[in-house]
Amino acid sequence: MTVPLIEARQMTKVLPGIVPVTLVHDVDLIIQPREFVAITGPSGSGKSSLLYLLGLLDVPTSGDVLINGRSTTRMSEEERAYVRLAQLGFVFQFHFLLPEFSITENVALPMRALGRLSPRAIMARAEDLLASLGLGDHLRKNPDQLSGGQRQRVAVARALANDPPVILADEPTGSLDSVSTGQVFDILRALVEQRGKTVVAVTHDLDLARRMHRQIELLDGRLTKDERRVVDPAQQG
Amino acid sequence: MTLVLSMAWTHVRHRARQTLVAVAGVMTGVGFSVMMAAMMEGSQDDFIKTLVDALPHISITDELREPTRQPADALYAAAEFHGLTPDVRRPGIKNPMATIASLRSWVPGALTPSVQSKAVLRFAGRNLTTSIIGIDPRTEAEVSNLATHMKQGTLNSLYRESNALLLGDRLANKIGARINSNITLASANGATMNATVVGLFHTGFRATDETTGFVLLKTAQILERQTGIINEIRIRTSDPMQARLISERIGEQTGYKSISWQEAQEDLLSAITLRNVLMYTIVGAILLVASFGTYNIISTITHEKTRDIAILKSLGFGNGTIRRIFIVEALLVGLVGSALGCVLGYLMTRGLASLEFKTPFSDYNHLPVLYSASHYLLASAVALASSFIAGYFPARGAARLHPVDIIRGAT
Repeated sequence: MTVPLIEARQMTKVLPGIVPVTLVHDVDLIIQPREFVAITGPSGSGKSSLLYLLGLLDVPTSGDVLINGRSTTRMSEEERAYVRLAQLGFVFQFHFLLPEFSITENVALPMRALGRLSPRAIMARAEDLLASLGLGDHLRKNPDQLSGGQRQRVAVARALANDPPVILADEPTGSLDSVSTGQVFDILRALVEQRGKTVVAVTHDLDLARRMHRQIELLDGRLTKDERRVVDPAQQG
Repeated sequence: MTLVLSMAWTHVRHRARQTLVAVAGVMTGVGFSVMMAAMMEGSQDDFIKTLVDALPHISITDELREPTRQPADALYAAAEFHGLTPDVRRPGIKNPMATIASLRSWVPGALTPSVQSKAVLRFAGRNLTTSIIGIDPRTEAEVSNLATHMKQGTLNSLYRESNALLLGDRLANKIGARINSNITLASANGATMNATVVGLFHTGFRATDETTGFVLLKTAQILERQTGIINEIRIRTSDPMQARLISERIGEQTGYKSISWQEAQEDLLSAITLRNVLMYTIVGAILLVASFGTYNIISTITHEKTRDIAILKSLGFGNGTIRRIFIVEALLVGLVGSALGCVLGYLMTRGLASLEFKTPFSDYNHLPVLYSASHYLLASAVALASSFIAGYFPARGAARLHPVDIIRGAT
């Protein structure tokens, strides 16, 4: 039996306050390698909160998150940061690139932080990643010189920089036009099907969700649907 | 370039104007600190050097450390005597030449005997109370700078005439005396003599130049009406800073009052210490104000970079890395500011040293300054430490930011 890539065990997140708000309620979830998972639900249902908990950006109030079978509850902040750096990649609704750096430097940042490659190898890999996403002609440009879709592709390249097995995406197409949405979705799907990555994406777009391998639905922080489907290749086009 | 350094450098480079203001703050602080330290320590050193040159390093006088025991006390085992007239003690140091010979055997430096006397100087109808000091011209030059301060005549001119007298130039001007003027000296003991002015000196100290005259030992002894009296032994030590220790040992050995130059000028040296405390307080205040500028820029950058910090943390940058980025930014400001401040301080010190002026108290015509690497190192170290502290608190705040809060806010 393979160890799950990500596992949530009775995971609950409560925001403290005069009136405590439960964002995620008692969620059990297992995500295996090479899955293409959509997290859907109405606004305020806890989709993004679940993603942040699975991505170790947030700490559950109770329960546990295991990455490659390893509990993260008792990890220090530095250990959690290292797991994020080496094993998880994030793509947000807004590209969140650093404006003072070129797109190549932006992609190089996680690799420089990890420090496994030489500076020359880091720059070469950053350029290869950008070229593979159709940005080979823009390597020296800064983020503000690119379109929204191009910036989001840079963000995907940055998420792939340290070759993590999992990409977590929070509304990755939420701020894009239909053409860019299609491009970014195709890239994410190719990551799963061609590069063997696992992609977990929060989306409002049910049409996109239906074209993914698995759909998890949340309502008021509770898991209400977990559906696996075989996607017709013709439908994916 | 390391990741932390390149990120810090990019941040400060992209806020050129704010960075320049912060750098200018540190630069001004360091520059003025260096200049003030050079000026204060320069004048202090010059002052002490002048003091050390002008005065004997150690002065042994005929005063006893303990009052002499009265004969009645020594003879009778009574509890206490009242109404005794103290035994009259002959003034002067006992066996002065033997004492000098004994001291010469171990004191590192030169010794000379002298006679301190007070006399009224009469010339052209004017009477002035004057310090008359009897000296030995052969050994005086080894102990004081009097020989180099002679404007007219030399120390050996004292051998030219009987009752020859060297006068301070201001004193001579005051009474209108010149070389070869005949002056009457009347001591407190009633001795009167005619003396001839054979030389004029100028030490640069008004008090000395206006009230002092030098004669041969023998002449002063006649004025004191006591043959062979020596009431002071003056010493110039090889190391002026050892004077206090040597002086204490001399006091114990001879039983006479022995005063080092540090002891004699204790009030002035205390004032200098106080002045130094004031100086370092002011310098510290300047650098503290400069560090507020650094704090301001780092706080601003941290505030502006809140979203980027969240992104970096979501990418997996640890708290330590985030903290280091902002601390390095502050240190960059401090480092560049210190380097420029050292240059500014040096130039301002040079400018200050080139200014010419006159004071009524001394003959300086340039402000004495001291160029010392320690001033630059100290000011830079304080500036860097201030920058570190100024950067630390915003950096700590940045590292504590919760990325989810910012990402939610941004989306």
